[in-house]
Amino acid sequence: VPRNYDPALHPFEVPREYTRALNATKLERVFAKPFLSSLDGHRDGVNCMAKHPKSLSTVLSGACDGEVKIWNLTNRQCVRTIQAHEGFVRGMCARFCGTSFFTVGDDKTVKQWKMESPEYGEEEEPIHTILGKTVYTGIDHHWKEAVFATCGQQVDIWDEQRTSPMCSLTWGFDSISSVKFNPIETYLLGSCASDRNIVLYDMRKSTPLKKVILNMRTNTLCWNPMEAFIFTAANEDYNLYTFDMRFLESPVMVHMDHVSAVLDVDYSPTGKEFVSASFDKSVRIFPVDKGRSREVYHTKRMQHVITVKWTSDNKYILCGSDEMNIRLWKANASEKLGVLAPREKAAMNYNQKLKEKFQFHPQIRRIAQHRHLPKSIYCQIKEQRIMREARRRKELNRRKHSKPGSVPFVPEKKKHIVAVVK
Amino acid sequence: GEKLVLSELLQPIHPKSALGSVRKELARVKKKAPVELPLSKEEAKRVVREAAYDTTSKDVGKWQQVVLQNRRAEQLVFPLRQDITTVVPLERATSAWRARTPLEQEIFGLLHKTQQPITDPLLTPEEKASLQAMSLEEAQQRRAELQKARAIQSYYEAKARREKRIKSKKYHRVLKKSRRRQALKEFEQLQKSDPAAALARLEELEQLRMQERMSLKHQNKGKWAQSRAIIAKYDLEARKALQEQLAKNKELMQKVRVEPPEEELRDVPEEDTAAVAVPTAASGANPWMLGKPSASTPESEAQEGPGDVPVPDAAESKEKMEEEEEEEELSDEEALLQDFEQKRQARQERAGSPEGLSKGHGADEMEGTAEQPGDSPVPAVCAEEPVSAGLEPPPQALLSEQLRRVQTMEDVEALASEEHVEEQEKPTASRVEKQAQRQEEGKAGDRHAREAPAKKKIISLEAVLDGKPQELDCPSLPIVMEEEEGGIDQRGVITEAFAGDDVVDDFRREKRKAEEASKPQPVNLVLPGWGEWGGTGLRPSAKKVKRFLLKPPPAPPRKDQHLPHVIMSEKRNIHAAAHQVSELPFPFERHQQFEQSLRTPVGTTWNTPRAFQKLTAPRVITRAGHIIQPISAEDI
Repeated sequence: VPRNYDPALHPFEVPREYTRALNATKLERVFAKPFLSSLDGHRDGVNCMAKHPKSLSTVLSGACDGEVKIWNLTNRQCVRTIQAHEGFVRGMCARFCGTSFFTVGDDKTVKQWKMESPEYGEEEEPIHTILGKTVYTGIDHHWKEAVFATCGQQVDIWDEQRTSPMCSLTWGFDSISSVKFNPIETYLLGSCASDRNIVLYDMRKSTPLKKVILNMRTNTLCWNPMEAFIFTAANEDYNLYTFDMRFLESPVMVHMDHVSAVLDVDYSPTGKEFVSASFDKSVRIFPVDKGRSREVYHTKRMQHVITVKWTSDNKYILCGSDEMNIRLWKANASEKLGVLAPREKAAMNYNQKLKEKFQFHPQIRRIAQHRHLPKSIYCQIKEQRIMREARRRKELNRRKHSKPGSVPFVPEKKKHIVAVVK
Repeated sequence: GEKLVLSELLQPIHPKSALGSVRKELARVKKKAPVELPLSKEEAKRVVREAAYDTTSKDVGKWQQVVLQNRRAEQLVFPLRQDITTVVPLERATSAWRARTPLEQEIFGLLHKTQQPITDPLLTPEEKASLQAMSLEEAQQRRAELQKARAIQSYYEAKARREKRIKSKKYHRVLKKSRRRQALKEFEQLQKSDPAAALARLEELEQLRMQERMSLKHQNKGKWAQSRAIIAKYDLEARKALQEQLAKNKELMQKVRVEPPEEELRDVPEEDTAAVAVPTAASGANPWMLGKPSASTPESEAQEGPGDVPVPDAAESKEKMEEEEEEEELSDEEALLQDFEQKRQARQERAGSPEGLSKGHGADEMEGTAEQPGDSPVPAVCAEEPVSAGLEPPPQALLSEQLRRVQTMEDVEALASEEHVEEQEKPTASRVEKQAQRQEEGKAGDRHAREAPAKKKIISLEAVLDGKPQELDCPSLPIVMEEEEGGIDQRGVITEAFAGDDVVDDFRREKRKAEEASKPQPVNLVLPGWGEWGGTGLRPSAKKVKRFLLKPPPAPPRKDQHLPHVIMSEKRNIHAAAHQVSELPFPFERHQQFEQSLRTPVGTTWNTPRAFQKLTAPRVITRAGHIIQPISAEDI
């Protein structure tokens, strides 16, 4: 349809767009219904999860009673159940080709399983079982080769074909809670130990590289899948720290919003955001370059969230929690699922742009930022704010009443780093 | 069983000392410094770690560029590698699969009984060939080419049709004339480059002339001419036209002695050369010359007019000013033709063809100034300045370069203002300089004084435009200071310096202005012609005016009514303030930036669909149901 775009005929463009932006923001909040479904079937808390590298609809989960379940997300049903270990399933990972997966458990074993269910008349048995000397607390598979790494007393790197590790990497004596391969520079590994440190390793030279010690213990870390040198660590001190591995002296960004220990973190496949699971019974989504979260998910029944995954199509988030459920969330709370008509898509893009354009306006920001929180979290946030304020005031007073320069200004980024060990 | 060699037996027996080698070794050991202790295990490990860390971080650092690029990218499309999905034949996809359960086996048994072709190629050879015959890009390119060619052809056709349909006789006449002139010009060129061809051409022209002469076209026998003759008594224009025709006739009937092209050519540049004679003679300080560039603009504007009809007033007045000994007015056609010619030449200039070299360099310059109609008065000034400064004649290339460099309107304006200032500055500055020189001549040992005679002769452009020497020479300020050095105190100096501005009075005036502005204005709703007679020159009656001029209620008293030293603005709207941004948000550095980011509308109401699409393109695009793999070296 021919239109006359003469600006004189369409006056008040800013107020009109402002109104549209306001409406869009309101509608976004109206349609923000992120919870999709809950996958129940485990008989104990879900301790670990793994994504299938080739299939979006498959997800694996391991529980605290040693049970491993494979889920079909489209049907939202359990496809297969394996009693994999005695005691906890501490960690699990899928092989890069998606044909098999590995689990480690409290029974000091590493087991490799087929991804497909056993055929007719076959027994449910692991392909390989490796019996170790100590308990393994985590496992991760190399992104391209038939190599995997476990952690426990030390970081072991295994060839799939052998029953003894190719090499063992140690630095210190404390137990290591998680190990992760870098998805881009695949020879790199990162691990975090219970003596509050994060250690990087190089698989090629079979040597540790550097260690950074933080104020409190780091639970897990996750590498950015689009930026080779960036990783994020989920810490016990309620914060997440994003590091550049070349400059470990201070984190690139401190992400704070949780009010209890952060237990797990996973990057979105686009590398722009990550999701974190916390002991405070909530899941938060952080942009990589922002210190504050953009979204918080919680439900009445969700207990301490132990593990979280962002699906490989960047659309959903899965979280496994203490009360035996796996929950499926939308990564973008107000997104409409299903096929969009072109006009719908255009309208969506336009609304997004408008929201971005007018994001600084107080009314719009107020609406966009509004989130409902359970009372427990809300109160804790308030409490912590008071504590922080008190600390700040104390420091201020101290500075005021002491010799100038004797109380240095320590930036937030430096506050949490104890030391970097070469 | 060792073998004895005869030569060994022949050698003399040496008394060999057994301790010789030992002694040598001892000496060697004595010379050596003691070996350092090996590093402790921890230390050694640490060295290894450091080295490994360095190399690894260097390795990882090679992603820096990619990462930055992705962070800055306007739009990212995931998955990074767009795989083209291929249909895998069922047989290949299920090669590993075998029927195991009894049910499956039964079904497969039935299927295999029918002997269906299992490993058929998916595409027949013909289909494959047809797919490979022409790629999509090739086809698109070809289509685009054809489309373009068709469009160009249709443009030409339309243009030709339009031109053919023009009924204006004047237009055709002018066109013909201009064509003739063009031909002459070309001929002139030809004469220079290839005399033989020019001679042949001349022959042809002569032929044409003869034909025209024989045709008796200009004998005042035609219908038009007779009608003109009747009207001529009363109408000045008709008389003029008739005279013109007569002149033409006379010209044609004349026996030709001199070469006709030269003769006719003369009246083309005549005006130009005449016009140029003055500027070359005039010096740079001539105010008449200084006014010129600005004066040339109205003319050019007039020429640029959309109707392409010459505006005789502007053009003629300009010409009168320029060329006084010229006949008092040029006919309309002439002006039009000039316009055409100028445009054409400008076009040629832009194309870079060396035209009009036959004229003198003064004429060239004038052509240059006239050639850019409305585009820029700047090159004209540039052309003149060197002349006034007495430098060598500028080459044509300088002009054209100038034209090309200054492209946007803003550039031109900026440049123009600059030039203007310089031009005005020049005479005064030079006068000041001379004064200063004269004054300082008295003082001994001044460098400038010695140079003064040289400077009096030629005031070079650089010297005038250069800032520093001017300030040094400027007599007014330092001289005043010298005179009053002892007498006046600081306060006196300040009062003298700010003698002109009365701050208090200014403020009072400002406040009064603000008060005036804040007063509500009466609303005029008078519509002329309603309820009474309408028409030009009629004013609505006083009664009506009184009735429809709405006087607003008086504004509430101003808050600063009783505060003589304060102006309180009452523009801020509290209700709107709730919706407004109170402080500058982070990425912006100035509030103008932020306002600009809001000002451009995004929606379809103000933008074309294409622009809308571009403006609202999302930052990250992901495709549903596609796995996004981590970035790898192949993706870049």
